[in-house]
Amino acid sequence: MNWWAFVLRLLVIAALIPAAAYVLGYTFLKVLAHMQYRLGPMEAGRFHGVGQLLADGLKFLQKEDLVPDKADRPVFLFAPAVVLVGVVLVFMTIPFGPPPLNIVNLDSQLFVMLAASSLGTIGVLMAGWSSANKYSMMGGFRAAGQLLAYELPLILAAVGVVMQAGTLNLDGIVEAQSQFHLFGTAIPIPYVIPQIIGFVVFVIASQAELSQAPFDMPFAESELVAGFTTEYSGFRYLFFFLAEFASNFAFAAIGATLFLGGYWVPLVPEKALWIVGPIALAVKIGVLVFIFFWMRSTYPRLREDQLQRFAWKWLIPIALVNIGLTGVLKVVA
Amino acid sequence: MPIDAYYRSYLQVAAVGLLGLGLFGAMIGLAKVLQPRRLSDLKSSIYECGVEPLGDEWSQSQVRYYVFALLFVVFDVEAIFVFPWAVIMGTLSWAALVEMVIFILILAVALLYAVRKGVLRWI
Repeated sequence: MNWWAFVLRLLVIAALIPAAAYVLGYTFLKVLAHMQYRLGPMEAGRFHGVGQLLADGLKFLQKEDLVPDKADRPVFLFAPAVVLVGVVLVFMTIPFGPPPLNIVNLDSQLFVMLAASSLGTIGVLMAGWSSANKYSMMGGFRAAGQLLAYELPLILAAVGVVMQAGTLNLDGIVEAQSQFHLFGTAIPIPYVIPQIIGFVVFVIASQAELSQAPFDMPFAESELVAGFTTEYSGFRYLFFFLAEFASNFAFAAIGATLFLGGYWVPLVPEKALWIVGPIALAVKIGVLVFIFFWMRSTYPRLREDQLQRFAWKWLIPIALVNIGLTGVLKVVA
Repeated sequence: MPIDAYYRSYLQVAAVGLLGLGLFGAMIGLAKVLQPRRLSDLKSSIYECGVEPLGDEWSQSQVRYYVFALLFVVFDVEAIFVFPWAVIMGTLSWAALVEMVIFILILAVALLYAVRKGVLRWI
């Protein structure tokens, strides 16, 4: 293995995470604004407020980093780091293109991704508990309960794809999709068709994992101020924000890889995937992210127990049935 | 894959984790240089809608989530068993599928028990 190439790729993700978060954050502001008949940011950066988030970031950089007197200081200071490391690890697993364009190539890549995505739960619990604030603690508990409950449908929906592809390597999953013909179709089709149940479960569960409306009780501003981030200020607060948008991008990327074929496009020769691949992946991510934001601005917030009931009573059993169905299809075919 | 290369590929995961920590440290360090430092008792008190905070910091609240945590452990362990099975599922026969369905059904009974016990309803 070539460590220099690896270091180069590391630098690329180090640059990519803030960039992805920036593009997504701006899209978020604009999409949400237009869905609510507003213009959104228009001033900063001259052209339609493209500089808004840069200005926000610079502002956060100059803010005083406050720690409450009664907080559990080390835990409070370290919680955003745990959340950020989780997101960075998820980013690492995304295959951006054919082999040299991915950062790592592990046999259990999907498993590592799912494990890394649950690291954030610990950071959230740490932040909620250590703040010594009632709102923070309730927000932290809610967030942890929600992340646990929706982690399962996410994992179980991914199992369906793993069964079809026969590998946990995300690159292998993309390759398997490029050779998948359902009932002898002429061109290969992505897994979204045979795994449509899994795809729907995955999108809903991702929405909940990202704590976006209708699953945003951890942050419910009208009852909990700002949930587990209430006591945070300055750059530490920004890290939770950055992690939120970066993981929005990462979940969309994983969803696109598992169900929409990732960097692969039908009928494009393998040599051209070097250039077409990353662009195709970006388009697919854009589509999924738009769906996330659309859901966010359309549905009202669920109640806390409705949220738990929805996961345990509907999503998990549906995902389990999906595993059984995929198994039957696999054995018959 | 030889075991040596196997561990080395996971060493990359550790390296990326360290990169994340480095990113965090660098940005917090930058913020430390740029931010003002004017502490006061009022600023470092706990926010409670602008009024004096009432009671203890770690106030008691009802933790309903321990049941969910238990349920989660049940299904998370299941997931660990399901993944290796799912990878080689295509090469196995009917028997493997039937066995897994039985395994999942046993766990589903646990979920059904929790639902009938009413832990998912609290309003």
